[in-house]
Amino acid sequence: MSGVRRRFTAGVALVGVFIVTGGVAVAAPPTATIEIDIHWSHYEPTVVHARAGQTIMFVLRNNDPIDHEWILGDAGVQARHRTGTELSHGARPTELTIPAGTEVRTTIAFGAPTTLQYICHLPQHEAYGMVGTLVVDGS
Amino acid sequence: MRSILAALAAAAAALAALATPVLGCGGLIGPNGAVNLLRTSTLAGYHAGVEHYVTEFQFAGGGGAFGSLTPLPGVPTSVERGGDWTLQRLVIETTPLRLSAAVPAAASAAPAEELMKVRIDALDITVLKGGADEVGLWAEQHGFRLPPDAPEVLDFYASRSPIFLAAVFDADAAQARGQAIGDGTPVHITIPTPNPWVPLRILTLGKTGTEQIDAEVYLLTDRRPALLPNPLGENGLGLEYDQAASDSLLSDLRSDKGMGWVPNSAWLTKLGIGAQASNLRYDLAIDASGQGTPSRVAAGLEPLAPAGPAVDPMLVLFVVLTMGMVLLGRATFLQ
Repeated sequence: MSGVRRRFTAGVALVGVFIVTGGVAVAAPPTATIEIDIHWSHYEPTVVHARAGQTIMFVLRNNDPIDHEWILGDAGVQARHRTGTELSHGARPTELTIPAGTEVRTTIAFGAPTTLQYICHLPQHEAYGMVGTLVVDGS
Repeated sequence: MRSILAALAAAAAALAALATPVLGCGGLIGPNGAVNLLRTSTLAGYHAGVEHYVTEFQFAGGGGAFGSLTPLPGVPTSVERGGDWTLQRLVIETTPLRLSAAVPAAASAAPAEELMKVRIDALDITVLKGGADEVGLWAEQHGFRLPPDAPEVLDFYASRSPIFLAAVFDADAAQARGQAIGDGTPVHITIPTPNPWVPLRILTLGKTGTEQIDAEVYLLTDRRPALLPNPLGENGLGLEYDQAASDSLLSDLRSDKGMGWVPNSAWLTKLGIGAQASNLRYDLAIDASGQGTPSRVAAGLEPLAPAGPAVDPMLVLFVVLTMGMVLLGRATFLQ
């Protein structure tokens, strides 16, 4: 598992994402907030923008009576989660389980321009359309 | 009569040995959201202001779990074990060629408030009161992972009703009872309501848009019913039988367990549902009053009117959530 975690961290670094973990701040406080609602197993909005160098606090609200995930990453990250076996997420700020009817917040700093996706990898959810895109524009 | 009933019992056993309905008019939910649903049959009988909804759960073997969602048009006053041959007798009545073969072996294989708890064979059934969120959470707390379309589908029904019925299939109890794979448990739900109503959209639960939904619905009403949507065929709803019920049918049905309510004369309608999941966005509203005005709200074609002060509870549509749990012997059971 630790190997998987290290590979994930390396992959995140490659796409220019820096993480502020709870209690161990390694980046500046958030300079912007992005709110994403979940309703009827869809994200809203499905496209969000950040700027390179920005630290964003994401507020993720699950308005459904079922659990969802928010997995942010590049194609490699998403591919791993499609066949992953973790039942729940929360240890990494870019991989979160959002229990039914709850709100989860996470803070992420973005280093370089890139395009990432956020997807729920619970069974059938991605195929149902639970996919969004985060575009990190140049600063 | 005895020989006919014996033949019916044999037919019922033969059908049960085949891939007969796992559950009539319900969406099935497996672990991790997997859904398994076969062609289903359901009887919605209506007489003297009471709907009699007869459907069947089928033991599918060990190795997993699933639940099901079955909305109904009113709050049940009783939920009990149904008769053993009612659904099979209706099949025979509406497909006479199979009757000539005596045994229709070629038949296509085919945290809410708890109001009532009933045990039927290996099924634990609970009537719940709550909205979509409460029922969804109840399901999650009872170990079921609802598929991603569940929030929308639950809202579709719960916006018209706060009543749900949950059933859990105890696979260990089924095995202890000696139930074999394919054995069905008929369930008879009695629901006072101004007009019967049959959930159809729930059949799509967990299905992708292109998946085919097949089901059969039998209606037994005092007079020829008016239906909405109209069974035009191209809309996924076909009228396959539409005539006065025969005396022999009514007599046979009346002799089955719990079927003493069957009147001396009635109209029998058989509807075939065959549609892609993405097109089955409605329920079946039925006006058996003779006025010919089935409700667009009951059909799910328009929302319940906003909020009047006191809504007559008899006019509110209720939703029944049936959660069944069955251990599955095969990962792709009965598909």
